[in-house]
Amino acid sequence: MFGKLVPVPSGAMIPDRDIGKKPILECVNLGITFGGLKAVEDFNLTIGRTEIAGLIGPNGAGKTTVFNLLTKVYQPTHGTILLGGKDTHGMNTMQVNRAGIARTFQNIRLFQKLSVEDNVKVGMDANMKYNMWSGIFRLPGYWHEEKAAHDRALELLSLFNMADLADVPAGSLPYGAQRRLEIVRALATNPSLLLLDEPAAGMNPSETAELMENIRKIRDTFQIAVLLIEHDMNLVMNICEGICVLNFGRVIAKGSPEDIQSNPAVIEAYLGKKKEA
Amino acid sequence: MKNLHMKKYTRTNLLTYLGVIAAFVVMNMLSASGSLSRSLTGQLVPICCYMSMAVSLNLTVGILGELSLGHAGFMSVGAFSGIVAAMSLQSAIPSAPLRLVIAMAVGAAAAALAGLVVGTPVLRLRGDYLAIVTLAFGEIIKELVNCLLVGYDSKGLHVLFNLSGNKSVADLGLEPGGLAIIKGAQGATGTATIATFTAGFVLVLVTLFVVLNLKHSRAGRAIMALRDNAIAAESVGLNITKYKMMAFVTSAALAGAAGALYGLNFSSLQATKFNFNTSILVLVFVVLGGLGNIWGSLIAAAALTVLPELLRAFSDYRMLVYAVVLILVMLTTNNPTLKSFFGRFKPGKSHGKEAA
Repeated sequence: MFGKLVPVPSGAMIPDRDIGKKPILECVNLGITFGGLKAVEDFNLTIGRTEIAGLIGPNGAGKTTVFNLLTKVYQPTHGTILLGGKDTHGMNTMQVNRAGIARTFQNIRLFQKLSVEDNVKVGMDANMKYNMWSGIFRLPGYWHEEKAAHDRALELLSLFNMADLADVPAGSLPYGAQRRLEIVRALATNPSLLLLDEPAAGMNPSETAELMENIRKIRDTFQIAVLLIEHDMNLVMNICEGICVLNFGRVIAKGSPEDIQSNPAVIEAYLGKKKEA
Repeated sequence: MKNLHMKKYTRTNLLTYLGVIAAFVVMNMLSASGSLSRSLTGQLVPICCYMSMAVSLNLTVGILGELSLGHAGFMSVGAFSGIVAAMSLQSAIPSAPLRLVIAMAVGAAAAALAGLVVGTPVLRLRGDYLAIVTLAFGEIIKELVNCLLVGYDSKGLHVLFNLSGNKSVADLGLEPGGLAIIKGAQGATGTATIATFTAGFVLVLVTLFVVLNLKHSRAGRAIMALRDNAIAAESVGLNITKYKMMAFVTSAALAGAAGALYGLNFSSLQATKFNFNTSILVLVFVVLGGLGNIWGSLIAAAALTVLPELLRAFSDYRMLVYAVVLILVMLTTNNPTLKSFFGRFKPGKSHGKEAA
């Protein structure tokens, strides 16, 4: 499923198959200033319901800051974030997650001492209902929901070939498996938009190839949108349908992989300006 | 035996319960045969209280990962509210065990309320604020109880705050048959000592039941998750403040119940008993037993309560030996060589090493 980018009424581009459905994410003039520093400015981005989108740019361009704005780790000082058409203004990190945005982190943040299965189950917590007393006195609600959570956790883990690691403490997993577990944990919250912050960092080519398969699998299985930050251009150009390039906190280019590869502004941002003869 | 592949923690928990039951049976047998020393017999109920205190503090410090330096404050709240409840119900409820249960429930509720008041503002913050505030809380409770006058007569409870320092029990205006329960700096005197070793045993079991079951439910998972990584916990939709409060208030309530039992074990009790040193003592139980390690807390609490008594023969050198033993235990348990040596005896440990 590799969509052709077509414009929506606002002028933004989304894959043709998502036309007719409300875009999952619309950022309008989003920005944040720290003191006098404009870390992100006039950020506009629209992502279709099942789009795989990429956010790239040189180091320090503000990519992770955008993720932190979307997940309300920082409250934006300017602009609007619409999630499935709904304004997320005033929400905190927890509420944004419950509204449908899940993320992974550039520097892995797992619950190190919990088992792999428990890490996934923590992701399901917001959708579980039994209360503290049912837990202490082991009332039927406890058994019922814990059984369902166990089954779902193993189902999600086996999608990524991790079911046999369920009882291992997350902190003792090899690096690649830790990255995969973070994605599974994010998926366990039932998101409609998954944010991946450098998912291929530190991976070798075969692991990266597997990751690309997994990202496509996530989109196809769960029918959700994925926005990823990545420096591995091979990955970005192969799986992203729409790409947004950020430099010094501003969007310098947007479009399909082909458009981006030939865009002079992007080449300049990455390689510098050609000296005039 | 339908559950052959029992989870490791289920086995540890079962062994913990069995250990407590076995210890209770052995102590009862020893005390029936008269082979327990007088001082040790007197220590049985306090040991149960301290075990319960250690396990409940482990919920805050080990499982939630927040430092609390005022656990004795919650014990104090539980002790004095429990004493008031037990003494004022003396005529209404003749059955001592029932009164004891009610007193412990009242103590737990009062301490939970105190935990709620302390936790509501502080647990919203990130950082070491809880340690600072609970430290102050312990001291405040001590001073408050020191100027508290409580009496009971046919009209009900009379409570007076002796803030100016020049009021006495006479100002309570009790009827001739009335009973002064808490007398300011003198503390609670003339308390009917209705605490029993069996009650202590039940308290330890209930504490274990609550803490272990909470730990292995969705709440415990969430609490440990936010201990391991608060930012990630928030990003997967956990309500951090709610879970912190849940752990902290439960811990306070259990300390309150332990306090009520402790208070009803002595005919005279002063607020200064629950000072900073007591909070630190309980914290030492937790740290020595291992953060998050429940059976470790039990053993540390029992050993460190009995040890000073056993060292009575050394009188002057008692605290010195106590300190040396503490340091030695910490050194040896943190020693990598010894750790790997003991690790060989742990089931399932060697298997894990091969896999790694």
